Amino acid sequence: MTATEQQAAETLSEGLRAALIEKLTALADDEIVLAHRDGEWTGHAPILEEDIALANIAQDELGHAGLYLELRRALDGSDADRLAFFRDASEYRCTRFVELPKGDWAFTMLRQFLFDTYEALWLEAARSSTYAPLAEVAAKALREEKFHLQHTALWVERLALGTEESRRRTQTALDELWPYAAQLFQPVPGEAELVTARIVPDLEKLRGSWESFVLPHLTGKCGLTLPDVPADAGAGRDTHTEHLAPLLAEMQSVARAVPNAEVW
Amino acid sequence: MTTLPVTPEQVWTALAAVPDPEIPVVSVTDMGMVRDVTVDGGRVSVTFTPTFSGCPALHVIRDSIGEAVRALGVQDVEVRSTLTPPWTTDWIQEDARERLRQYGIAPPAPAGDSPLITLDPEPTRCPRCGSLNVRMTGSFGPTLCKRLYVCDACKEPFEGFKSV
Repeated sequence: MTATEQQAAETLSEGLRAALIEKLTALADDEIVLAHRDGEWTGHAPILEEDIALANIAQDELGHAGLYLELRRALDGSDADRLAFFRDASEYRCTRFVELPKGDWAFTMLRQFLFDTYEALWLEAARSSTYAPLAEVAAKALREEKFHLQHTALWVERLALGTEESRRRTQTALDELWPYAAQLFQPVPGEAELVTARIVPDLEKLRGSWESFVLPHLTGKCGLTLPDVPADAGAGRDTHTEHLAPLLAEMQSVARAVPNAEVW
Repeated sequence: MTTLPVTPEQVWTALAAVPDPEIPVVSVTDMGMVRDVTVDGGRVSVTFTPTFSGCPALHVIRDSIGEAVRALGVQDVEVRSTLTPPWTTDWIQEDARERLRQYGIAPPAPAGDSPLITLDPEPTRCPRCGSLNVRMTGSFGPTLCKRLYVCDACKEPFEGFKSV
């Protein structure tokens, strides 16, 4: 934590500080959980290059989670490792969208594409945050995120326009994922105040730009059909699928078994 | 008896010998990672910027910078990191680009502030034979900063720096 982060943190009102802690946790948790799902492909991806690619993407996403949790540390003195490895599912604030099991390759690429687009656009908008430490993090992370988006956009295209089988799987993935995608645009408690203070981007506007990016790609370029089911945010980020607890049990097992380990 | 204070130039020279842990032919100053050195009496403060936020070598770099300054006889060393402005491959020094190429890594093309999806702004050349007849075989490589290529002229696979 730098002196400037500390100064910036002290300028926030009590309400904004609480809301920002909530928002940073939500941002970090999406990245941690999705990175874990990506990591599940290590040693199993269809080709070696993709094994490496997903490991890289997972590593970047964890790097972004680390940046968000450092910002949170400046606000409440919390510790990133403790937050990641010693919180239970009920305390996590990730979307159910990122919790869903990794599925097949089409499901993985399509989910990552939908997420990468959302993340890249969010970061692009957050570069002008009035909270300087967040603006800095956004500028940094955006430079990394665009590589993910290039990669997954191409994979979705390749799979959708590939064989009958790859096309069927990509369409099935879209049918399954679409209802969950709206959760990415669901505000956390107190987010409206953060938007008014221009600390974070307005998710409603962001959803518009996300749709104008992903829809032409999915339907126009890739010839996929949007499912009839509406994209519905459903319950908030404190409600999880049954898939999160087993994921955390695996991810946290070493840290919980040896809680005082200093060298990993 | 007092110890002679170090000058910022001496600190910069010492840091120029600290290798990047993942690419030992270039130093942390070659990579443009060291943003600032201040000497205040016996206290030396070095500000560096991480290349990639998830880079596992960050703590090694931080420790190596501290050790290099302490090796000059300075007791009071502070190593700080900053994200602003964000690191870009445009800061890699000209002579370091040549060393990267000789080491077998294609140096990065100019990064600038490119839009979200873009084609390569500048073609990549094979670092061994110089041919432009190359293919990217993996958009991610063995480290976060690199991609994988193969040269169709000399048939050699090689790594290329991402333009960030």
